Amino acid sequence: MGIDWVKLFELVVSSALINNFVFTMFLGLCIFFGVSKKMETAVGMSITFLMVMVVSAALSWIVYQLIMVPLDLGFLKIIVFIGIVAAFVQSADIIMKKVSPVLYYKLGVYLALITTNCIIIAVPLHNAGEHYTFLESIAFAIGSGLGFGLALIIMASIREKLEVADVPAPFRGLPISFILAGLIALAFTGFSGLITL
Amino acid sequence: MSLKPKSNWELIKNGMFGENTIFRMAISLCPSIAVTNGMKNGMALGIAVMFVQTMVNATVSLMRKFIHPKIRIPIFMLIIAGYVTIIDMLMATYARPIYKEIGLYIQIIVAFASIFARAEVFANKNKLVPAICDGLGMGIGFLLAMLVISFFRELLGKGELFGYSIIAGNPLLIMVLPAGGFLAVGLLMGFFNWIDMRFFGGKGASGV
Repeated sequence: MGIDWVKLFELVVSSALINNFVFTMFLGLCIFFGVSKKMETAVGMSITFLMVMVVSAALSWIVYQLIMVPLDLGFLKIIVFIGIVAAFVQSADIIMKKVSPVLYYKLGVYLALITTNCIIIAVPLHNAGEHYTFLESIAFAIGSGLGFGLALIIMASIREKLEVADVPAPFRGLPISFILAGLIALAFTGFSGLITL
Repeated sequence: MSLKPKSNWELIKNGMFGENTIFRMAISLCPSIAVTNGMKNGMALGIAVMFVQTMVNATVSLMRKFIHPKIRIPIFMLIIAGYVTIIDMLMATYARPIYKEIGLYIQIIVAFASIFARAEVFANKNKLVPAICDGLGMGIGFLLAMLVISFFRELLGKGELFGYSIIAGNPLLIMVLPAGGFLAVGLLMGFFNWIDMRFFGGKGASGV
């Protein structure tokens, strides 16, 4: 069985740019607005996010395709996936604290936040819905993670400048960030049609 | 948290206005943009969230004496996931056309910060009736926010309300595009902040 590298590459690009989770599907906004105030936190979050995303997508694929599909338990997928993600994040938290305290000090805060992120649960659900193969699931997860990181870093770099801008009082903080996100989203619509799957 | 217990009506009102999930607390924002391109979808998701929030609050409140504090987070998650599965199946059966459009977002309710936050902050410490009122208030507040946002987006973006055309002529296409959702929420949030500052002397929910 040959691996279709072109298809995998297309999946990565399309999930990162064209169907960017933040700007076209509006998932993960809580974290998107929550941690995009500083460049440093945005980068830390993106890295942690990408790792958790790939591992949880892989784990859910294994559980879903090898256990749930043969036993006809597809209707339990919401409960099972959230359980997998929560358990993985919790154990990653504990392992990281023991093995690499430096890394934990840097990224630990973000780990706790990730469980409540919609993207992390949306990706396994999407993979299950589309019946992706294992490699396709991973490719989709990598693309989504990269896309989220990209969005987060763009947003953080603009918001750092925004700190010194003179914004009308009622729009300070969140409202102006929303309008900013709207403008970035408008730019991202330019990617649509880049690749048709 | 105030020391004086609030009456049930005050709890509902608090959820609707004082601590409105989207405009004041600024959490659970994802669906506020994703499904508000039409009032029908916005209302469907609003009702689903109202159901889940109320039932989760009621269940957590009933079980609060049996849940060990150390493992409460996974247990809350399971309770929420259970109710989300119920509403997911119900909508898949009885509201097929809507479900096709917003099905993913119904399943995503499981990761809503607002539902989890109310279970943790309120239902876990209060009796059944106040917990239900709180959940109902939060749910209604969420529903109202969804209706307001989708009202403007559908009217401006398509010239329609609930699928019936209201305005003839060229609508502003941008409002139904993803970008328009961000703009609409941003502008509305700014507007409510302005009202709060101008008439009630508040500081505005600059939050996050």
